[in-house]
Amino acid sequence: MDITINKQIVPKNEKEQDFTPVFKINNLNLWYGQDHALKDIKFDIPEKQVTAIIGPSGCGKSTFIKTLNRMVEMVPIVRMSGEIVYRDKNIFNAKYGVEELRTQVGMVFQKPNPFPKSIYENVAYGPRIHGIKNKKVLDEVVEKSLRGAAIWDEVKDRLNENAYGLSGGQQQRLCIARCLAIEPDVILMDEPTSALDPISTLKVEELVQELKKDYSIVIVTHNMQQAARISDRTAFFLNGEVVEYTDTSTLFSNPSDKRTEDYITGRFG
Amino acid sequence: MSRDKTNQKSIRSMIQENKSSRSQSAVMEKVVPKIFLICAIISIFTTIGIVFTLLTETFTFFNRISIVEFFTNTRWFPFTSDENADFGIIALIMGTLTVTAIAMVVAIPIGLAAAIYLSEYASAKTRKIIKPILEVLAGIPTIVYGFFALTFVTPLLDKIIPGGISIFNALSPGIVVGIMIIPMIASLSEDAMNAVPNSMREGALALGATRFEVAMKVVLPAALSGVIASFVLGISRAIGETMIVTIAGGSRPTADINVTESIQTMTAYIVQVSQGDTGYGTTIYYSIYAVGMTLFVFTLIMNLLAQFISRKFREEY
Amino acid sequence: MPLINKESVKKRMGTRLAANGFAKFLFILATCFSLLVLGVLIYRILSEGLPYLSLDFITNFASRMPERAGIWAALLGTIWVMAVTAPVSFILGVGTAIYLEEYAKKNAFTKFVQINISNLAGVPSIVFGLLGLTIFVRLLGLGSSVLAGGLTMSLLILPVIVVASQEAIRTVPREIREASFGMGATKWQTIRRIVFPAALPGILTGTILALSRAVGETAPLLVLGALAYVAFVPENIFSQFTVLPIQLYNWTSRPQEDFHMLAASGIIILLIILLIMNSIAVLIRNKFHKRF
Ligand SMILES: Nc1ncnc2c1ncn2[C@@H]1O[C@H](COP(=O)(O)OP(=O)(O)OP(=O)(O)O)[C@@H](O)[C@H]1O
Ligand SMILES: [Mg+2]
Repeated sequence: MDITINKQIVPKNEKEQDFTPVFKINNLNLWYGQDHALKDIKFDIPEKQVTAIIGPSGCGKSTFIKTLNRMVEMVPIVRMSGEIVYRDKNIFNAKYGVEELRTQVGMVFQKPNPFPKSIYENVAYGPRIHGIKNKKVLDEVVEKSLRGAAIWDEVKDRLNENAYGLSGGQQQRLCIARCLAIEPDVILMDEPTSALDPISTLKVEELVQELKKDYSIVIVTHNMQQAARISDRTAFFLNGEVVEYTDTSTLFSNPSDKRTEDYITGRFG
Repeated sequence: MSRDKTNQKSIRSMIQENKSSRSQSAVMEKVVPKIFLICAIISIFTTIGIVFTLLTETFTFFNRISIVEFFTNTRWFPFTSDENADFGIIALIMGTLTVTAIAMVVAIPIGLAAAIYLSEYASAKTRKIIKPILEVLAGIPTIVYGFFALTFVTPLLDKIIPGGISIFNALSPGIVVGIMIIPMIASLSEDAMNAVPNSMREGALALGATRFEVAMKVVLPAALSGVIASFVLGISRAIGETMIVTIAGGSRPTADINVTESIQTMTAYIVQVSQGDTGYGTTIYYSIYAVGMTLFVFTLIMNLLAQFISRKFREEY
Repeated sequence: MPLINKESVKKRMGTRLAANGFAKFLFILATCFSLLVLGVLIYRILSEGLPYLSLDFITNFASRMPERAGIWAALLGTIWVMAVTAPVSFILGVGTAIYLEEYAKKNAFTKFVQINISNLAGVPSIVFGLLGLTIFVRLLGLGSSVLAGGLTMSLLILPVIVVASQEAIRTVPREIREASFGMGATKWQTIRRIVFPAALPGILTGTILALSRAVGETAPLLVLGALAYVAFVPENIFSQFTVLPIQLYNWTSRPQEDFHMLAASGIIILLIILLIMNSIAVLIRNKFHKRF
């Protein structure tokens, strides 16, 4: 019941905000049919930082992150209201094509999902669909992206082999490389390490740290240690609402909401 | 590092530059689904074409031969002079039904038994050997079966049956059509039985039932509608079968069925007319459409019936 | 006194087990019957057909003299008809499947198309012959040509290709489509570059199997007016033609034993062609089995 009470409270982090936002989310609501999955979401996502989204299962993390590149619209029963402003443009504006948005806002999925093609073709896919045909340019992009995803050394001799021959962790880094190839502005990651072993997880975490020099990253994670380790800011979701959003160290050391505290200390549900 | 930076700019900007060419691709996005829609509509046009063709030509036929005579006369003698010609489809229907009945007598027990064996008894290994063989049987062209009926089954029957059998008869093609349908009934019935959850079998087996009892009292009743649907589809196939009955059944339409004597089915009649030098526009020419229409209605009813039965089946689990 | 008489249960158990054993024997017998038929059929055809089988038999035209007769015209006729059928049925079939799986909304029209396709699959092939005779041969004035035959065959196997292609497209995982959309690919780009290539092995397997059915089909082409006796090779798609099964029908329906043996030889060739086609289909299926 205290959910309704808290809704009125203006997040107190509002005034601490001293960053350039890439995304400004305003009163975002989302329904799956009758199911109200996101409720009045309102916060800004900083540029060139890592923003972590945490919260219990089913609280709407994936739903939220998928609204940022409008992938959520692939579910036919979805309805939305509110606005998401990406670099001064409302992404729900009819004139703003989803393809254009998704070119700028890349996504890495929970389960590694390489295409059933060669490693090279996987990475070259993005540039190709965006009209880049020059073989030399493609070669360069492929190498640079694979290096960027810290997988170049492992695959440089087998670029023409099928990507399904890679290990799960390698596949996930390949997916990151594939995403880097079109040089997006923002990278969304939905539990990118949940299907990986600890060593691969570590590699991806290091990679995320590396990537935030050039990219703004939003990462959903179930793992609070992970959020604490790699993110600059953290949003805690509960039942489709943002309970608390502030910089990561504050959220974990000195949560202002009781429910956040319960959750991060593991006392939750 | 600095080279990296310029390169990075360039890819992003290259993609931006290519945006102009996207209007083309936007056109594709609109046009392509329409092309595929046209492909899908062609399948509807095929059905419309079939119904329309059969209907119009049959209509012409009924302008010359009364529909009442067509469905009540039991004699089919189209090739005599116009006044003496008889167009009583019952003779052809009887031929078709005789062959179908014989075929089902062969195909149902054997197909069902094979299905039970495959789904309830056979090991995965045995199944792996037998299923491809059934597939091979199903893939053999009907002309080959027709040859087999005429040159092997008929002489064999002639030896077995006291009093012999005529070279063209209903029995031989009936049996061979049945053989042709066995794989279809076996595999469709097996699918239906495989869909029965294993927990039901285990429950009965745990009570000490034998495999046979499980098959008969648990699996078969549960899979019954799927099994029956496979029979109905088999009947439909037998009704529409052409080459086997044309080659081995002969061309003597008759309503007095004697399975050791020559008959003619609806399909065989259509082939006979196509093979002859019947001119376009003659009554005989139109008669093949009337026969085709009857054939089409028969098989359509069977197919719809099979779909109806198996749809009920799906609701059960 | 015990409720269940163990003795009688035991006794009944004996008969029940016997029934089980006997039934199993019958089931195996029935299954073996099919194998037996296949064996006899192949043995008969080989023993009758091998003597006439020679290179001349393949390269000779049909003839009234059995020892000089061959299947050249029929073989090329079959190839010509398939050369029309294969591309037409592939494009129409795959196009329909893509429409149904990727673009169609779940509405009455889509359902109607789907039901229509499954019903078309059950229409006897000879009825397709009547359709082809009326529409292609007469209405469009194509005559009893390779084109008319090929188009009729395309419509005949269309449902099979549609259903096989739909199944193949459905096996392409949602995840890789999402990956493509997530990179800013359009729907058509995703279909063309991801879904179609991934589904292609399944589509090809289905198409080849459907074509192998068309190769063995006789009735519709007979109704179309394909010739039974042909001593020339088709020159283009407007030529008259015969096909292998029709040639075999022609020989089979003659009373002389010699022609039956010719038919058996021709059947061997026909079965070899089908065997090759099926092997290719199985090869593709196994090579790409369970990739996702
Ligand atoms: N495609 C869908 N159709 C209907 N409801 C959905 C759909 N996807 C998600 N939901 C509902 O929306 C709510 C939020 O789901 P979401 O997947 O965003 O949760 P999540 O926080 O990502 O959970 P997890 O940590 O388990 O991934 C859930 O109640 C879920 O049942
Ligand atoms: Mg999730």
